[in-house]
Amino acid sequence: MRVALLADIHGNREALTACLADAVRTGVDRYIFLGDLVGYGPDPAWVVEQVARMVDDGALAILGNHDIAAISDHDTMNPLARAAIKWTRERLESSHRAFLVSLPLDLNEDDRLYVHSSASAPQDWIYILTPRQAFQSFRATAQRLTFCGHTHIPALFNESASSLPHQHVPVDGKPVPLLTQRRWIAVLGAVGQPRDHNPAACYGLLDTDTNRFTYVRVPYDVDVTARKVLAAGLPKALAVRLATGA
Amino acid sequence: MAKAQLTAGMTIDGFRLEERIHRGGMATIWRVSRDDIDFPIVMKMPFLDFEGDLSLLVGFEVEQMIMAELKGPHVPRFVANGDFTVQPYIVMEYLSGPTLLRQMLDRRLEINEAVHIAIAMAAAIGDLHQQHVLHLDLKPANVLFRPTGEAALIDFGLSRHEELPDLLEEQFHRPVGTTEYMAPEQLLRVRSDRRSDLFAFGAIFYQMVTDELPFGATGRMKQVRRRIWRDPVPPRALRPEISPALQEIILRCLEPIPDQRYAGADELSFDLRHLDLVQMTGRAARLERADRKTTFRRWLNWRRTMREIRESATKPPARAPIVLVAVDLRSGLDKVQQALLDAAASALANIPGARLACLNVMQTSLIAIDENVDAAGENIHVQRIARLRRWAEPLQLPRGKITYHLLESHSIAGGIVDFARSNAVDHLIVGAPAVGGPPVSRLTAQITAEAPCSVTVVRPTKDY
Repeated sequence: MRVALLADIHGNREALTACLADAVRTGVDRYIFLGDLVGYGPDPAWVVEQVARMVDDGALAILGNHDIAAISDHDTMNPLARAAIKWTRERLESSHRAFLVSLPLDLNEDDRLYVHSSASAPQDWIYILTPRQAFQSFRATAQRLTFCGHTHIPALFNESASSLPHQHVPVDGKPVPLLTQRRWIAVLGAVGQPRDHNPAACYGLLDTDTNRFTYVRVPYDVDVTARKVLAAGLPKALAVRLATGA
Repeated sequence: MAKAQLTAGMTIDGFRLEERIHRGGMATIWRVSRDDIDFPIVMKMPFLDFEGDLSLLVGFEVEQMIMAELKGPHVPRFVANGDFTVQPYIVMEYLSGPTLLRQMLDRRLEINEAVHIAIAMAAAIGDLHQQHVLHLDLKPANVLFRPTGEAALIDFGLSRHEELPDLLEEQFHRPVGTTEYMAPEQLLRVRSDRRSDLFAFGAIFYQMVTDELPFGATGRMKQVRRRIWRDPVPPRALRPEISPALQEIILRCLEPIPDQRYAGADELSFDLRHLDLVQMTGRAARLERADRKTTFRRWLNWRRTMREIRESATKPPARAPIVLVAVDLRSGLDKVQQALLDAAASALANIPGARLACLNVMQTSLIAIDENVDAAGENIHVQRIARLRRWAEPLQLPRGKITYHLLESHSIAGGIVDFARSNAVDHLIVGAPAVGGPPVSRLTAQITAEAPCSVTVVRPTKDY
């Protein structure tokens, strides 16, 4: 079975459309959304509606910190995020809010855990950037595979018997065998706001038959999204960063 | 995990154990069979001794992961991996041919045999690198030959796939490898430099032609450091029949600083197959190791050299791009030759660091045996190379940047394309006569259709 995992869409319609088209072309059986559907980007309502439709068709979705912020009075984010969330709140209708409020913090399926940031204290939104943080996440779950996002920087950690988890920078497009005798944390790149200096949208493709996981990059029309960001009156930095992937 | 006694006749996952053929320190190898597999296969199983060294188990994980990714004649064909949590095993093609170690122990190799073997090894290493795998434990025991002549590499327990997680990275407190053939950067646990494999190749080649190890039988990891300041006895001093070109190749592979070795297996293969065109440096003529004063000075500076090695090893090595110009040396083609010259100069200016390879193909007859000597008794090949050099002279390129090649082929286009392919040429420049000229354009079309790289077709400028 082929599973597509999409994290950190952040209201980016063009990036999501491109990734979904790529997934359809590849032949995906199941879709998992790993949180942060909204925030930063110019099309939060459209994204929520799209994902809600797919969830009705059997996809799974979980909650991210920007999703919670958009439906509450939560206000401890950085200035850019705060500005974007304020704008986002005004664009969400009650149906969108109802969908977001229904999402769980994490989900388990077979030997996989889906969570936005880390298995360890999911509501604390810990960034898994180093082996030590990966270690904490491994301790907090018995599942062999953990899929998350939140950092917007692709990273693959594996747990071995002898020392701290090993950190690997994934190579785009290269299927990695998720060796069954080890446990893995696949930190996805962002669909809608990459931060690994590659502006192409990123999603993950898991093949449960071959047990291989691939970080897929899908270039999309960044200019269209950037122009929408500016037209919406959102901070200019949010438009510029889409082109550089920073 | 049950530690059952393995006996012939048992089956594991459908593979029938036939005969134990090897029991090493780390693994046992059985000849096995399965009805649906029509080539000879073996099953390798690690010793699961948990009181022992964990590194052995990780090595097996690495070998399982990497063998499943490798293809082609230079590695055993992969069949299946056994689930590590049940009974780890790797089933692969059985290569029975003697290892290079066995061959070297049986008798002393002739120089030309050693070169032949070296060419096969370099091709195998190059293929492995193209598949993004670094072996990192090359030694005579890990090189086998197929009946068809290709070298096959085995034992990937210490290897690294450039695009997959490195399970051995920072895993252990000491470097891993076979000390006799180890490159200095491997002491620093650098596992990302392809040139480490070329160093090991150099040590093996040295051993093949001299029957001696270039750095002795070191044994202890601490002594591996010595190769940073103590160079090996020049091979020619041990066996005078070794040509300067061969010594140049061997010693270049054994340079402590990776940047001073060959940049890649392609370049090494190039030199091995064109010994008469190897660029000689001081290495070629040496008949003694560096004197005590020099060695002492190098020893004083060894830590600085280690830093240089680390820097050199961890920055991504760039392979010098190769521009190939196929030159037709027949008379009456001055305008085309001039246009080729201009195109070559332009390509070199636009591709930083590029080298120029000048090629002339002599068409051989399919039936008659061609002469090596012309009517006046002059060697045809020498003459042609001289004319190629004359053609290239206006470019004023330094020696390291230009090479000259002659080929004989009954198909000129085929010869050019094959040369481009086996030398990993990045850009090919060929000439075509002016429109309306002789029907050599079919040749150009064939080249353009089959070349493995970009092709520039050059026409002489029109006379107005």
